[in-house]
Amino acid sequence: MSIRVSITAERSGARHRPRWPYGLRSWRRFRRHRAATAGLLLLLALSGLALAAPALTPEDPEGQDLGRALAPASRLHPLGTDHLGRDLLARLLYGGRLSLLIGFLAVGLGLAVGVPLGAISGFRGGVTDLIIQRFADVLLSFPGFLLALSLVSVLGVGLQNVVIAVGVGAIPSFIRLVRGSVLSIRQQTYVEAAAAIGQRQRTIIFCHVLPNAIAPVIVQATLNLGSAILVAAGLGFLGLGVQPPTPEWGTMLGEGRQYIFRTPALTTYPGLAIFLAVLGFNLFGDGLRDALDPRMGTR
Amino acid sequence: MTTLRRYLAERLAAAVVTLLGVSLIVFLMVRVLPGDPARVIAGVLASEEEVGRLRSQLELDRSLPVQYGSFLLRLARGNLGVSARTSEPVTREVLGRLPRTVELAVVSSAIATAIGIAAGVAAAACPYSIVDYLLSVVTLSGVSMPVYWLGLVLIIVFAIDLNWLPAAGAEEPASIVLPALTLGAFSMALIARMTRSSVLEVLGQDYVRTARAKGLAERAVLWRHALGNALVPIITAVGLQFGALLGGAVLTESVFGWPGLGLLLIDSIFARDYPVVQGIVLTFSALFTLTNLLVDLLYAYVDPRIHYG
Repeated sequence: MSIRVSITAERSGARHRPRWPYGLRSWRRFRRHRAATAGLLLLLALSGLALAAPALTPEDPEGQDLGRALAPASRLHPLGTDHLGRDLLARLLYGGRLSLLIGFLAVGLGLAVGVPLGAISGFRGGVTDLIIQRFADVLLSFPGFLLALSLVSVLGVGLQNVVIAVGVGAIPSFIRLVRGSVLSIRQQTYVEAAAAIGQRQRTIIFCHVLPNAIAPVIVQATLNLGSAILVAAGLGFLGLGVQPPTPEWGTMLGEGRQYIFRTPALTTYPGLAIFLAVLGFNLFGDGLRDALDPRMGTR
Repeated sequence: MTTLRRYLAERLAAAVVTLLGVSLIVFLMVRVLPGDPARVIAGVLASEEEVGRLRSQLELDRSLPVQYGSFLLRLARGNLGVSARTSEPVTREVLGRLPRTVELAVVSSAIATAIGIAAGVAAAACPYSIVDYLLSVVTLSGVSMPVYWLGLVLIIVFAIDLNWLPAAGAEEPASIVLPALTLGAFSMALIARMTRSSVLEVLGQDYVRTARAKGLAERAVLWRHALGNALVPIITAVGLQFGALLGGAVLTESVFGWPGLGLLLIDSIFARDYPVVQGIVLTFSALFTLTNLLVDLLYAYVDPRIHYG
């Protein structure tokens, strides 16, 4: 029965937008978007550098040697060393792993909670919708960085708590987005057909509605990755994120600020890395938005 | 008008419900602390008597609904509790620092609005030109830049290398320049993007073509006709950004040692002074919600084209 409904769904969509040509068109649009391609390349380069860290540097990112503290750039230490004599390049490369990982995990948490809640809110309406929307309103009424900061102040520092604190902040944007998409999709003929043949609400939401609402979610998730990295690094900068000696870009920036007068490189490089990662996700997200749905484009 | 009134009433009710939700989360912050919250707040060195006194002061020995009810009653009287660190009323500490944060947010917002609108109009005047692409790069960098890093870069350039401006503190009038630029960078970029797209949209309208056809100077077309009609979404963006600036001040104040509410929040988190943390988070969220509500109400009032059903 569900196979027949899926075929109906495909056919009703296929009349205007055949699936493969749509994907192909999207890819072509994306490739033509030079800024988006630059963003993708930037992200691939940063991820590649972080993953290849052991091959790129023999230095231990946590290995201290006070005798070479705050050393300038040299052949042995291409970016110099920090206040504990640790190699800055090694810490930057290994730190990228953690900073990017936190971003992905936090947005994953936001998706895992926000998407189902948004779908249920949009599909069921009524009191359920009202409660979920007020919940989203409450989360959104903590301006910017404040929600993550408040959560970390209660949960404590460390990788897991940073992921939770940053991830919770991503939930309301997904709730709002998915609810909006679901509200328009649930009026479609194929959803009415699925309901008419007696499919369960859960099946309709997860098998028919959500797959059709996924494009804007992917775009939002990409843009949220940039914000998640910014917020997590902000917590690290204040000393409330991942704790030293583990390398993480925000924590490195926070440690380096004490030596800003003597060794500005300690703040310059981690800051640049955060900036490039966020820029990459923003460029990539903008390009994806234009590619997946040109009507959503801002320019 | 009736529809508008109903819309306003609904928005007001939604804001009250949201603030209640915020107060519940802030209230629960202390109650979900791992271990005995009174011990955590008092510190490991505090005696059992001190912990007991704090427990009864925070009413931790009563049931949760009773605690929350009493918390709301205290809030209604403007009582945010007592600082665990200084034994001063939290309300006094918050009100003592709030003007500094508002001052920083107002100056940042003014800079962001002035530069953002000018840049947005300049880009819209010659779309897809070199100016426009340059502005795109700058605005995209603005929204991608970590404020805490931008602040440090500005300190290195303007305070250390050029020695033009103070690096930290708030003793001199010039001390606000670097923090305000840092805090306003993100909003500036957003306002410029919003202005560009709004003005471009208006420039495609028939009445703009008519204005040009009757020989009006391009500057008048751009600033009076195009910007004038594109102002509603721009004002909305400025208003919403002002609320966000208040919360965003936490990191900027930390970078520049600006003695506002954000710096007090960070100090209180490290000192585990939870009554102060609760008071500041509540103040920031209430200000943010009220600013957004005010922007919504203004939006409904100034734009008669919008239909509220």
